[in-house]
Amino acid sequence: MVPILETKNLTMDFGGLRAVDNINFRVNQGEIVALIGPNGAGKTTFFNCITGVYKPTGGDVYIAPDGNGQERINGMKPNKVTEKGLARTFQNIRLFQNMTVLENVMIGRHCRLSAGIFGAIFRTKATVEEEKKVVQDSYRILEEIGLSKYVNEFAKNLPYGAQRRLEIARAMATEPFLLLLDEPAAGMNPQETNELDEMILQIRRDNNISILLIEHDMSLVMSVSEKIFVVDYGKLIAEGTPNEIKKNPDVIKAYLGDEANA
Amino acid sequence: MSNILKYFSFKEIKKSLVMSVWFMILTFPIMVIKVNTIENTVIWRWNYLIGVGISSFIFASLWRYMIERKKLQGGSESTVPLLQKIRELGERKPTLKKGSLIGVIVLILVFPFITSMYQTGIMTTALMYVILGLGLNIVVGLGGLLNLGYAAFYAVGAYTYALLHIHFGLGFWVCLPIGALMATILGVLLAIPVLRLRGDYLAIVTLGFGEIVRIVLENWNAFSHGPSGIANIPRPTFFGIHFTLPQATIYLYFIMIALVVFTIFVVRRLENSRMGRTWIAMREDEIASQSMGINITQVKVTTFALGAFWAGMIGVVFAAKTTFINPASFTLWESIIILCVVVIGGMGSIVGVVVGAGILILLPEYLRAFSQYRMLIFGAILVLMMVFRPGGIVTSVRKVYKIEPHLQGGSDNKVEDK
Repeated sequence: MVPILETKNLTMDFGGLRAVDNINFRVNQGEIVALIGPNGAGKTTFFNCITGVYKPTGGDVYIAPDGNGQERINGMKPNKVTEKGLARTFQNIRLFQNMTVLENVMIGRHCRLSAGIFGAIFRTKATVEEEKKVVQDSYRILEEIGLSKYVNEFAKNLPYGAQRRLEIARAMATEPFLLLLDEPAAGMNPQETNELDEMILQIRRDNNISILLIEHDMSLVMSVSEKIFVVDYGKLIAEGTPNEIKKNPDVIKAYLGDEANA
Repeated sequence: MSNILKYFSFKEIKKSLVMSVWFMILTFPIMVIKVNTIENTVIWRWNYLIGVGISSFIFASLWRYMIERKKLQGGSESTVPLLQKIRELGERKPTLKKGSLIGVIVLILVFPFITSMYQTGIMTTALMYVILGLGLNIVVGLGGLLNLGYAAFYAVGAYTYALLHIHFGLGFWVCLPIGALMATILGVLLAIPVLRLRGDYLAIVTLGFGEIVRIVLENWNAFSHGPSGIANIPRPTFFGIHFTLPQATIYLYFIMIALVVFTIFVVRRLENSRMGRTWIAMREDEIASQSMGINITQVKVTTFALGAFWAGMIGVVFAAKTTFINPASFTLWESIIILCVVVIGGMGSIVGVVVGAGILILLPEYLRAFSQYRMLIFGAILVLMMVFRPGGIVTSVRKVYKIEPHLQGGSDNKVEDK
C-alpha cells in the first residue's frame, strides 16, 4: 500500500540556512507518527513545507488519501492543501480569538461548504439548510472533543487546555485524512497531557484517520505513537518504533550531547 | 455620595491638584500674559490663572474618577452588554418593543414633514454616512483591512453619474447600480496589488490610492472637467416626474431611508453567512484561516469589492443631492470621517455605525455655534473614546446560536439572530 503522506528528499533553504535537509518521510494509513527533535531542529519548518505555508526549495511532497494514486502537493496554497485533506494545528495557538467557539469550528467546515454571496443575501433554501447543518455538525464535533459547554464563549476566554483542544476540533472540522498536530501538549500539565493522550487515540479510532505530531513531551510521544522520526539540524537521524528510538545512540547523542566530549 | 467617595482618596485629590498646578504653569504664557506690542504694555490677567486652575482641577478629578471607576468595574466587561440589555428588555416587554418600534418608524416617516428642509437635508447626509460607514465597516470592522482611500470609491460613484449624465443623458436610477458597479470594479483592481499587505503598509497604500484618484480627477480636465467640477447634475426623478427643490429634498430623504434599510438588510445577512465568517476569520488570523481552507485572496478581493459597492452607490446619491461635484469633496479628510464613524460607533457593529454616523454628522451641524472648536471637540472625543470605550460606543456582539442537539431531523436547532 502506498503511504498516505510521503516526502522525498524534502529540502528547505532560508538564504544560506538549510532548515530541512533531504528528509524522506512516510505516514501510512491509520498510523500515529511522531516527529521529534531538539529545539530548532526544523520540525515546524517541515510541517510548514507539507501544509503549503512554505514552498520547499527541493524535493517533493506526495499525498495519497485513498491509499492509491499519489499526488504531488508541494507549492500548493495552504487552503488547497487543507481541501485535499491535511489539517493542522499550530505550535503557538492561533484561534480566532474574537469569534465564538462554535464559529471557530464552523470556519473549519468552510472548505466543505458551498454557499455564496447570493445564497447569503436571498437566504435560498440550500443556504439555509447548509447553515443549519454546519451548526449541527460543528456542535457534534465540539461534543466529541468535550467542548460543548463552551459553545457560545469567545475563544479567547477559554482556559489554555481547552484552547488547545479547540484547535484540534477546528482542524477535525475540515474532515482530514491526516491530522498534523504541532506540539499539542505544549504548556499543558501532566493531567491535561494524559487527557490529550486519550483524545488523540479516540480521534483516530472514531474517525479512522492518521495523525502526525510534533511533540517534546516524551511520555506522550512514547505512549501514543507507533513510529517516531527524529530530526536534528534539519536532517533525519533516526526512525523506528518508540523502543528502537529509546535505544538509538544517535538520538541520545542529539538530545544529551556526545558523551565522549562531555 | 459614599459611592463617589469610594473612588476618591486623599492621594487622588493630591494628584488632581498637581495636575491643575501643572496646567496653570503650562498655560501661563498664553493665558496670563498679554503683550500689547503697539502700546508696549504688558497686562497680567491673574484672574485667568485662577480660572485655569479651578477648571483643570475639576477636569482632572473627573478624569481620575472615571479611570478609577473603570478599573473597579473590571475594564471593558461591564460596558459590553448595553445592546444586549436593550434587547433583553425588548424580549421581556414585547408591547414596549412593538410600541417603540412603531414610534421610531412613524418618526422617520413624518420627519421631513414636521421639520424644515434644512433639517431634512442634514438627516439625508447623516443617512448617507450610515451607508458609507456600513460599507467601510465590511472592510475595516469585519475584514480588518485598514482602508484610508475609501473616498476614492465614493468619488467613482459620483463621477460615474455625473459623466454618464453629461455624455449619455442617463438618469439617477440607471446610474445608481452602474455607479455601485464601477466602484466595485475599482475595489477589485485595488485589492489585487495590496493582497500581500496588512496593517500600516495597507493603510499607506490605500491612502496613496485615494489621493491618486483625487489628483487624477483634479488634473484630467478632458475627462473630469478638472477642479471646476461638474455642475447641473439632475436630482432624482420619480417615473419621469420632476420635483421642486423642497419636494426633491424630501424625496431624496425617503430614497436614503430605503437604501439604508436595504443596506442593513444585506450587510446583516452577509455578516452572519459563510462569507461573513471568513471576513472575521481573516481579521483574527490570516495564516490560521488559510490553514482552515479559506482562500485568503478571494476573501480580500470580496471584502474590498463589497465595501466599495456601497461607497459607489452613495457617490451617485451625493452627486444627485448636491447637483455639483468636484474633486475637493473626496479628500483624505472624507475617508477619515467615514473611518471615524466606524471606529467611534463600534467596529463590526451595525447599530454602532448608525450611532456613530448620527454623532459625527449631526452633532457638528447642530453645534454650528461651536464650529471653530469642532476639531478640538473631535480630537477630545476620540481620545476619550479610546480610553473609556476602546471597542466603540456599541460593541459588536457575535451571533448566538441556540442549539437543541438531541432533537432529530433538519430543524434541530433554533438559530437566533444576534
